[in-house]
Amino acid sequence: MAILEILKLPDPRLKEVAEDVVHFDRELHRFVADLEETRQAGPAAVGIAAPQAGRWQRIIIIDCSTTGKPVPNHGRLILVNPEITDWDGFALGREGCLSVPDYTGNVIRAARIKLRAHDPRGELQAYEMEGFEARALQHEVDHLDGILFIDRLVSRRTDLFQRKVYQKGGNRKKQV
Amino acid sequence: MNWQMLTLVGEDRPGIVARVTDALYKGGCILGETSMIRLGGNFTIMMMVNGGQSEQALASYIAPVAEQLRLRFHLDPMHGGLHQHRIPNFQVRVNGADRAGIIASVTGVLAGCGFNILELDSDVVGSTDKPVYIMTIEGYAEAGLEVLESALNQLESEEIDVHVSSIETLIG
Repeated sequence: MAILEILKLPDPRLKEVAEDVVHFDRELHRFVADLEETRQAGPAAVGIAAPQAGRWQRIIIIDCSTTGKPVPNHGRLILVNPEITDWDGFALGREGCLSVPDYTGNVIRAARIKLRAHDPRGELQAYEMEGFEARALQHEVDHLDGILFIDRLVSRRTDLFQRKVYQKGGNRKKQV
Repeated sequence: MNWQMLTLVGEDRPGIVARVTDALYKGGCILGETSMIRLGGNFTIMMMVNGGQSEQALASYIAPVAEQLRLRFHLDPMHGGLHQHRIPNFQVRVNGADRAGIIASVTGVLAGCGFNILELDSDVVGSTDKPVYIMTIEGYAEAGLEVLESALNQLESEEIDVHVSSIETLIG
């Protein structure tokens, strides 16, 4: 096991599109172990994608089981060749990135998604995700397509955000 | 590095940012964090500037442009520097009929909870005869969500809606 170097902005390699994994072998498993160790060594990252560690294959890890406020989640998932098959709703939330240190910003993501992906043994799996976990998944899949969250930043003043938050009602709403 | 905080304000028109930053660039200055926004028909700039030069030198670069564009400006030496971001963990959203004292009442309650405002923007919208006030605050507090909710309940008799929610920042 090893902690891998994280590519950081403005490294142009972060813009490269990753390729499908073809061989589900021991070498893949060794890399996944290193990738997970790298994720855990970072600043409380709930996800990591292989291109962030300099490997342009479609491999991501997400784990939303340890958020400050518990959220619906599937625990730690190692997802190979993930493909989002359905999107529903939208939500705005704050994101940061191991590859973009010292910056966070607001991004709109689908609120619910359906997904299929291979596990590390090559078995095809299907998932449905919502909220924070769906956001994490979309953030990591973006890395596989050479997209960073800063490519999707929106202003907090956007009308979209105001309406969305109002609809959700936050945790407190008081009417006069 | 010794940063200066440059503040400029004046009637909005195209080209203010380009002209001001070009003058600073040609004076050998670098820029740090900035906040620029149009408020009430004026354009406002707050900008961290560093040229390794005196306040007088910086002022000499800005003054001609400010005069041409009819901007007022001010320079203050500042402590601190880059990379001191703090990630907010709460957002407060306020809206209601516009009246004096909304910011004071809401932020007064938040201050009492130890809430550190990191960013606040507010606007008066609606119509002239029925103005509506909208404010969004992001900040950091050690206090829990329930504490903030309970404290903001003090405003219940006032004609405003107040929502507070936690922010879970995703790092991926």
